[in-house]
Amino acid sequence: MDRIVPVPSRNLMPERDLYKAPVLECINLGISFGGLKAVEDFNIALGPTEISGLIGPNGAGKTTVFNLLTKVYQPTTGTILLNGKDTHAMDTAAVSRAGIARTFQNIRLFGSLTVEENITVALNRQFSYSTLSGILRTPKFRREEKAAHERALELLSIFGMESLADVKAGSLPYGAQRRLEITRALATEPKVLLLDEPAAGMNPSETAELMENIRCIRDRFQIAVLLIEHDMNLVMNICEVIGVLNFGRIIAKGTPAQIQANPAVIEAYLGKGKEGKDENDSKN
Amino acid sequence: MKKQANAARRDFHTLGALILIFAALWIAQSAGALSYTARSMLIPVCCWCLMAISLNLTVGILGELSLGHAGFMSVGAFAGVSVCQLLRVWLGWSDLPALLLSLVAAALAAALVGLLIGLPVLRLRGDYLAIVTLAFGQIIMSVLGNLYFGLSDGSPVFSLIRPISYGESKVEIIRGPTGMTNLPKLTTFPLAFVVLLLCLIVIFNLIRSRTGRAIMALRDNRIAAESIGINVTANKLLVFSLSAAMAGMAGVLYTFNQGTVTASKFDYNQSIMVLVFVVLGGLGSMRGSLIAAALLTILSTLLNEFSSYRMLIYALVLIAVMLLTNNEAAKRRLASLIPRRKAVPLGERGKGGKENG
Repeated sequence: MDRIVPVPSRNLMPERDLYKAPVLECINLGISFGGLKAVEDFNIALGPTEISGLIGPNGAGKTTVFNLLTKVYQPTTGTILLNGKDTHAMDTAAVSRAGIARTFQNIRLFGSLTVEENITVALNRQFSYSTLSGILRTPKFRREEKAAHERALELLSIFGMESLADVKAGSLPYGAQRRLEITRALATEPKVLLLDEPAAGMNPSETAELMENIRCIRDRFQIAVLLIEHDMNLVMNICEVIGVLNFGRIIAKGTPAQIQANPAVIEAYLGKGKEGKDENDSKN
Repeated sequence: MKKQANAARRDFHTLGALILIFAALWIAQSAGALSYTARSMLIPVCCWCLMAISLNLTVGILGELSLGHAGFMSVGAFAGVSVCQLLRVWLGWSDLPALLLSLVAAALAAALVGLLIGLPVLRLRGDYLAIVTLAFGQIIMSVLGNLYFGLSDGSPVFSLIRPISYGESKVEIIRGPTGMTNLPKLTTFPLAFVVLLLCLIVIFNLIRSRTGRAIMALRDNRIAAESIGINVTANKLLVFSLSAAMAGMAGVLYTFNQGTVTASKFDYNQSIMVLVFVVLGGLGSMRGSLIAAALLTILSTLLNEFSSYRMLIYALVLIAVMLLTNNEAAKRRLASLIPRRKAVPLGERGKGGKENG
């Protein structure tokens, strides 16, 4: 936690609590698929309890950034520092254990498991009983399973989903699936939570509720949140800093007010109109 | 925790029903109330049930297609029987301890082979495991079909491809293409049943532990499972070797019941047959696997009297059962057919089923 990055950061996403040393830092991060540079010179740093947003037109490389951070793709250039530690040698599972949790744009739940099991499986790392003691049903197994059950219900209560604990995750309505995915990510006890379009497909009142919840989660768990979102209302409302990605490069960083006033952003992303109304807004 | 409690209760019911069926059969057997055919089916049914649940662990729970499960059975059979015969003949152990230790040896041998195959293959995505296990099944059949093993003048000798030239006193255990012959019928129905029951308990407990949840999460969505920190390879290897170990034990039990077994007995067809049990019983459903394995083993034995038409009838039954149990439209049709004894026109089956059902 108190590991200080040796060199002063060159980057710039958060101003708010950067003095605490960033929890996540990307330096010149990039990946090319063949000749296509999907992401290039990507530099950000997230403060430990920052809510930040990554926006940009479709195909700008936002989800690719998430895939790089979680090592679904191995970066071709650059470094990712999590609490000052290089994640170079880690795979996806190791990155998760190190403290980065994510949700997916197209929801990826464990559909045949129950809601509760979706959470307890994410709590796996916090148990220590072995496979053998699971098979033999030792007292340790019982104790830890009970603790896991209680912890799962506690986590589910964030979104008031305790009553759905026994429902198969695959049969949940869309909004509940999104919320469950966020809860599952939180169950891994992350330091950084990556949300890939959390409000996609939600109606305005659900989105408003989600905004409130994201803030609550940050306050309660004291974690950094980085979110990709097309809903400008949500982004401008809850993000303390925003980075704008276009053609794989960051074209602007700053507070919501700065981003809204930035001519490059208006040109590249919001169009030439005066009002920053988002044409990709999925609600109707 | 209602659902989990329900799942646990369902497991408990399955185990209970299994024990009751065993008790009834055992009493009937002891009282001499079973026909010869029925008696001869008891142990094979246990063995194939064990094969079915162990393959279901790989295919249904782990979600990896394995087409060489009979290969593990054969590895277990040859390793276990060799160990048992050595212990009995060479070291003079009595039957039961030798058999029990040979079960352990068979499980270890099969698990080791499973580990060796799984190590490279389970790292890959897609159907590689199916391809490799298919090849493995054939390779192991060829290797064991050319393996000679025995005791010559009191010391163990083994040879590949060429028969052994034995000394004065000889005990032949594995005889190449002739396989293992004249084995004592050591497997008893209670023993086979206890092994089956223990394996079933292991599987049930595994599924309802954190390891089991991790595996099912992997099956449902690998990327998401990795994203919450689940180690893909380690978990897959664990379950795959466990599944192989159980198949190995089934191999020993089966061989010590048949008395004679050749490597070619455990061929591709056997692997597919076990896969049929699993698919028919329902992927991931242990209870289904048990029922399917038992019924189909019995059916296949009963059909022996039809000799050449046997496989034809067997296939027809399989197709019929698959259609009736896995096809909603067919199920509705069946439901609408039975009470009214009148066919519903094809075009109306959707509505017809609802009205009549």
